[in-house]
Amino acid sequence: MAKYLLLKHYRGGPEFAGLDFCETPMDQWKPEEVSDHIAFMGDVARQLRERGEFVDAQAVSPEGTFVRFDGEGKPPVTDGPFAETKDLIAGWMVIDVESVERAHEAAALLSSAPGPGGVPIKEWIEVRPFLENPPNMSE
Amino acid sequence: MDQLVRELVPQVLGILVRRGADFAAAEDAVQEALTEAVRRWPDDPPDDPKAWLVTVSWRKFIDAGRSESARRTREERTLEEPAPGPAEEQDDTLLLLFLSCHPSLSPHAAVALTLRAVGGLTTRQIAEAYLVPESTMAQRISRAKRTIAQEGVGTPGDLRRVLTVLYLIFNEGYSGDVDLAAEAIRLTRAMTRASDEPEVAGLLALMLLHHARRDARWAGDGGLVPLAEQDRSRWDTALISEGVAILQSALARDRLGEYQAQAAIAALHCDAASADETDWPQILEWYDELAVLTDSPVVALNRVVALAEVDGPLIGLQELKSVPDAIPRRTAVAAWLHERAGDLDQAADLYAEAAAAASNVAERTHLTRQSARLHSR
Repeated sequence: MAKYLLLKHYRGGPEFAGLDFCETPMDQWKPEEVSDHIAFMGDVARQLRERGEFVDAQAVSPEGTFVRFDGEGKPPVTDGPFAETKDLIAGWMVIDVESVERAHEAAALLSSAPGPGGVPIKEWIEVRPFLENPPNMSE
Repeated sequence: MDQLVRELVPQVLGILVRRGADFAAAEDAVQEALTEAVRRWPDDPPDDPKAWLVTVSWRKFIDAGRSESARRTREERTLEEPAPGPAEEQDDTLLLLFLSCHPSLSPHAAVALTLRAVGGLTTRQIAEAYLVPESTMAQRISRAKRTIAQEGVGTPGDLRRVLTVLYLIFNEGYSGDVDLAAEAIRLTRAMTRASDEPEVAGLLALMLLHHARRDARWAGDGGLVPLAEQDRSRWDTALISEGVAILQSALARDRLGEYQAQAAIAALHCDAASADETDWPQILEWYDELAVLTDSPVVALNRVVALAEVDGPLIGLQELKSVPDAIPRRTAVAAWLHERAGDLDQAADLYAEAAAAASNVAERTHLTRQSARLHSR
């Protein structure tokens, strides 16, 4: 089994010609469409749980700040919050699956969540493998 | 076994502490005895589980002390071991709550320690309820106990602090296999038996009145249902009558406090057969009382809602200006007021803005849906 991080961004991803994805913000959808979308996401998490592949899922707030050390005894330097949320992470899911193909399949399922008119929004999901612990054997 | 053990933990711990055992060491000893009970009871159940736990915990406590300090002789303590007498559980609950909510602890450290020492939950259950690894929670609890050991137990927490910790537990709600709201109610109920301070009763009433509406607050899909739209037939009338009765006897003692005032507001909501029948003028009066008792901006924000219900959204919008911008949910209230005032475009935008600032997923979804409703009209 291998763990993968499925990252969801606030809008964004590669801009391939011909592959359009829904760019209408959710607050412009119909209320039922919002409900259906949320229900779908909940259902995907449930399916992953039932398959024994679910590890964790979290959503994070769009507001956030960059912080760094600025020398002993000084308060940390902060920057932000930023108005542009395009590249920010909206949330993640961690799954533990048999293969990278299975990780892609799960990501594609998430990306097929319905949007306006019940049409899949085809949102980009970034799939990143976890670096694993070294195998436990004598050298 | 779980339920029995949870009732016994604070009793056994109380007995050890009254025998003079140091709180942190006694708590460790009781946890060790519990581990042994889980291993041995299924095959060999004791006749008197409480006596068994007291004996084993006391032995663990002595063993730990012995390995810690060679100066302590074995006879000194084991000979003195008294038989578990008639329990003085009620006094112990209060004593243990005061110890667990020690003023040198942060509220969240106190929450964890209270759930284990008084609630009788295992570290694993508490960790699951707060969605952190078990080792993290174990560490949080042992740091808390170290802090208390260093500060000395001579300065127990004050009542106000205990109530804050219990309310924090209640508000955490429900995740994992432990219902923290129910647990908070159980602990607060135990506390009302040991203290006749009206604010303790006020807090219990407040919890019961909120808890009575819990099922109706959640839609089938996990979404939030606002008070005005809840199916009131799903409210638990038995809990409501109990909450109201407890509140009335607390108010009769004529020492008003924050929790009693909040419970009074919750009771007025519970009393309305439909949202339209809500007695907003009286709710507004209680908010005025509450504003005198606390100068919390959150109270000021909620008062704006009541004021708008009584005097209209324009007065509400006017009053909203006195609430600081950074208060959570202020934008959501602004959106609602604009919608009431007929300014639907601005309301839709404000709902979207409030959704982006929401601190939990259920609220965010709810506000997004409000914005979507107005945008797609």
